[in-house]
Amino acid sequence: MMKGLKKWRLFSLLAALTVFLAGCGQEELSTLLPAGQVGKDQFNLLLLSSAIMLLVIIVVVAIYVIALVRFRRSKVGEDHIPEQVEGSHTLELVWTIVPILLILLLAVPTVYYTYKLGDVTAMEAVDADGNPENLVVDVTAKLFWWEFEYPDLGIVTAQELVVPTDEKVYFNLIASDVKHSFWIPAVGGKLDTNVENVNKFYLTFDKESKNLKDGVFYGKCAELCGDSHALMDFKVKTLPRAEFEQWVTSMKATEKAPEAEGATDVATANQGEEIFNKSCITCHATSAVGESGAVGPNLASFGDRNRVAGFLEHNEKNLKEWIKDPQKLKPGNKMPAFGQQLSNEEIDALSDYLMGLSVEK
Amino acid sequence: MSSVAQKKSFGATLWDWMTTVDHKKIGILYLLGGGFFFVVGGIEAMIIRIQLLQPNNDFVSAGLFNEIITMHGTTMIFLAAMPILFGFMNAIMPLQIGARDVAFPFINSLGFWMFFFGGLFLNISWFVGEVPNAGWTSYASLSLLSEGHGIDFYAIGLQIAGGGTLMAGINFLVTIINMRAPGMTYMRMPLFTWTTFVASAMILFAFPPLTVGLFFLTFDRMFGGNFFNHAMGGNTIIWEHIFWIFGHPEVYILILPAFGIFSEIFSMFSRKRLFGYPSMVFATVLIGFLGFMVWAHHMFTVGLGPTANAIFAVATMAIAVPTGVKIFNWLLTIWGGSIKVTTPMLYALGFIPSFVMGGVTGVMQGAAPLDYQLHDSYFIVAHFHYVIVGGVVLAILAGVHLYWPKMFGVMLNEIMGKITFAFFFIGFHMTFLIQHWLGFWGMPRRVWTYMDGQGWELANVISSVGALFMAIGVIVLVVNIIMATIKNAPVGDDPWGDGRTLEWAISSPPPFYNFAQTPLVRGLDTVWIEKMEGNESGLTPSEPLQDIHMPNGSIIPFFMTLGLFIAGFGAMYHAETAWGLPVLIFGLAWTFVSMSARSLQDDLGFYVKKEDLEKDLQRKGGRK
Amino acid sequence: MDLNKKFTPETWPEHPERATLEAKNKFVGFWLFLGGETILFATLFATYLALKNKGPAGYEFTTQELYQLPLVFVMTMLLLTSSLTSVYAMYHLKNYNFKKMQLWLAITAVLGLGFLALEVYEFVHYVGEGFTFGSSAFSSSFFTLVGTHGFHVAVGLVWITLLIFRNAKRGLNLYNATKYYTFSLYWHFIDVVWVFIFTVVYLMGVIG
Repeated sequence: MMKGLKKWRLFSLLAALTVFLAGCGQEELSTLLPAGQVGKDQFNLLLLSSAIMLLVIIVVVAIYVIALVRFRRSKVGEDHIPEQVEGSHTLELVWTIVPILLILLLAVPTVYYTYKLGDVTAMEAVDADGNPENLVVDVTAKLFWWEFEYPDLGIVTAQELVVPTDEKVYFNLIASDVKHSFWIPAVGGKLDTNVENVNKFYLTFDKESKNLKDGVFYGKCAELCGDSHALMDFKVKTLPRAEFEQWVTSMKATEKAPEAEGATDVATANQGEEIFNKSCITCHATSAVGESGAVGPNLASFGDRNRVAGFLEHNEKNLKEWIKDPQKLKPGNKMPAFGQQLSNEEIDALSDYLMGLSVEK
Repeated sequence: MSSVAQKKSFGATLWDWMTTVDHKKIGILYLLGGGFFFVVGGIEAMIIRIQLLQPNNDFVSAGLFNEIITMHGTTMIFLAAMPILFGFMNAIMPLQIGARDVAFPFINSLGFWMFFFGGLFLNISWFVGEVPNAGWTSYASLSLLSEGHGIDFYAIGLQIAGGGTLMAGINFLVTIINMRAPGMTYMRMPLFTWTTFVASAMILFAFPPLTVGLFFLTFDRMFGGNFFNHAMGGNTIIWEHIFWIFGHPEVYILILPAFGIFSEIFSMFSRKRLFGYPSMVFATVLIGFLGFMVWAHHMFTVGLGPTANAIFAVATMAIAVPTGVKIFNWLLTIWGGSIKVTTPMLYALGFIPSFVMGGVTGVMQGAAPLDYQLHDSYFIVAHFHYVIVGGVVLAILAGVHLYWPKMFGVMLNEIMGKITFAFFFIGFHMTFLIQHWLGFWGMPRRVWTYMDGQGWELANVISSVGALFMAIGVIVLVVNIIMATIKNAPVGDDPWGDGRTLEWAISSPPPFYNFAQTPLVRGLDTVWIEKMEGNESGLTPSEPLQDIHMPNGSIIPFFMTLGLFIAGFGAMYHAETAWGLPVLIFGLAWTFVSMSARSLQDDLGFYVKKEDLEKDLQRKGGRK
Repeated sequence: MDLNKKFTPETWPEHPERATLEAKNKFVGFWLFLGGETILFATLFATYLALKNKGPAGYEFTTQELYQLPLVFVMTMLLLTSSLTSVYAMYHLKNYNFKKMQLWLAITAVLGLGFLALEVYEFVHYVGEGFTFGSSAFSSSFFTLVGTHGFHVAVGLVWITLLIFRNAKRGLNLYNATKYYTFSLYWHFIDVVWVFIFTVVYLMGVIG
């Protein structure tokens, strides 16, 4: 009977907690609505630890309130001299042993998940034909943008990570200037991008991103990295395996000089391409075939992006403002301003061209 | 010299404070210096919350914001919390053990001036316009890249202040080891003395790594070193390790004295001896020990590998056990007592739920895989403010109200004290409780702004309004202090009426030589024992009235520190200006000469004559 | 304290370094200070080990090629001997034999000076070869670890010189006995640190 009561208590506690915690946050970036196995494991640990900790809080507060109500001086009398109790070995033993048990309850899954989530042995695995079994993405964090290389596929992109759903995706993380930290809250915990060594981990993406508010998951930089740390966002697009492969194929096709097919006005877009080749190409590539290490973000699929510069709404107005004066929008970034160098018409043409760089349309 | 209050010119008063080696005066200096920096750090906090009040806010720029968060953290930890606690340790601990002074009065003064000049050095950066901007942790890759002299101010300022802290730590340790009154065995020491002891021991072992780390940073930035430059074979993770080997114990250096203050309060205002005193002492020592074993839990996401993460995760959780023991001992102390809810007690009662909250979120973050989500998000901001504000700052405010009459001889107004508490406590929970959820919802820490549409707007408004409440609370406290000082109504030895330890058996403020006769300690809470046996004075002397040996004041600590302060500027500008190197050498030479002057002279102190003591005692008897 | 009180070897206390409360404080305080110093050197050692042989791409210096054991061996002998002579000095301190104590301390200082001179020679030699403080992470950590030790030796030399000259006329009393004694503690500590440097940096560098 007591046991049943305890179970019921624990259950109701958990239920209350779930409502309390999960009722909040937005699907595309809340750790409380995990969209992948890693995030779910971590969320379960959160529930377990919250439940244990809530138990502790309740016990403490209960004793505390009762003591406060019963033993006020106004109640016990101004002249009352309480008994000078030295202590109680039994009680002290109880509140040493019980916390140890509670801690053990949490420590066991903690250790288990630490090893589980840290297991990247399958990263290098190849099948019988020597093809890699798992998708590997090399992430390079830079001031203040993200570069994603798919070494086994020979393509590279920036700012928007595209991954297939329902499989383990492995990541190699490094920073090229200062330390950053790679974090997709809704999918799983973060890992730092150090400057001197590659960090490896994996994530799984269980949910397609097209049903989300913006059609993407939000990614964040979680380590102070300079002025625009707050704006060093990236986005994550998750696709079913077949669509992902299609995307890879179109990305590979950008190697031949990409036509601005999606552009509304082909003539201005062509003018834009000329300007691009004159002013931008030293830093930005429009071919997705290649490796990481570019000065500026790869723009092969710029037209498909969800944001300009990782955080601004994706429209021509923002793009033009960005080209004119990037420092105003994202202080401390490495892109020079083109507001003086290019006329308004040129910038119009350029943005037309850039918006037309698409592999999806 | 006599203790008779004399009217003195302003210059003479200033000189008196600058040369003082009296632990009570140095305690007051620490309290005032720390209080000043607390206000500065508080203003910085308010600017942070104004900036984050709404999305896309432009109250401050990105660069300025990073400078403000860096200075807020650095100021609050090194220049506010620690010095204020040192103030209490200085003012109260020697009284608690019945000592004449601290072991090294001269070094005590030197420690204060080093803290003060270090803090000054750091804050001069605001006037130069080049301010530290890599966060209070100053991680190496960013701090090497940071332009201007901002980080140099950080490295040298903290070096100077840190040296002072190390000296204070050794001083307190020796004081407690050597200068306890007869009968004051280790297991009869009040808990505040015990926590001072353990915190000082932690300072002794935690600050040298900081010293080394700051030297590495100084060398890398100013003298061509390559410790952290990975292109030259350096490694930035070394900084992280060194910083947290210092940084984690630092947290306990702050919280243990806070535990001590609360232990005194619970016991006093429940009129009960501390429940389970031996286990409280043991838990304090154990926390101090474990504090050195868990630094890597700040680095779970650095990529140290699952084995390191698992070990440090379990070690971290283990700290919850002794901390839990303390919480329950406090609860059982008030249980069955006679609880009087004075302002200090109010803070102590507010502390329990606040700190438990901070403690349990700490354990949650100790679960490494969960920490991958929580680390560097707003959850961690909420967590450490629950520990530092809910623990340390509440203790500081409690201590200010509790010890103000002992240190200054006047009571703070109780009603205003409770108003301060109400505003501060409500504001504190408003500000930081909601931040746990901001973390869950994906908001990283140290962001100078955020886009709208991420669901963070309301929570940030609540948080900012809470900060305003806290500010109002602090303003009420300042008004309270000013009014009490103007009113200047003297109080007796034991203004709270429930004093249990030796500091409540000496006049408020105490004479400069402390106890005229060193007391005999007859047990834990010796004053309580004496009073229960009908001895109104609360004291049994252990020696006849005799001449008291006292140290001379000295200006040398001030000059020694001034030299370091000057040298700091020289080091900073030596690469780009012609005057840098000479100034560096001049400053160091200045310090060395001052030090030698101290070393070469015979400074033997003076004696307070027995007759003067007798006069003082008679006056004291007649005053009340 | 009365500085004019005259002692004889018979009235001189058995532990002059902690005969008064102030002396006791200094004695305990200095031990604690050395505890902190230990941590300081431990941090420097750990950093050195982490950065040993690390340099920019194509860096030519390694511990094997760089270090010259014979020179370091002579340095070690000098410092170890100076530790021994400081023990003699402390023996005379306990026996209230001021002149002999001063003499042995002077010998200690001379040996220490010899050590320091050789260290300066060693550093200059390295710099001449191109192994400068800023040439790599390895060199930075090497010069900082060994240099911090050298700085401690230098401080010790200044300290003992001041003590010897300052007290030459005053003679031994309970006020300065502690100063002499803490100096010897410090000197032993420096010696112990050097033994570790010799082993960890030089021996393990060349042989390991």
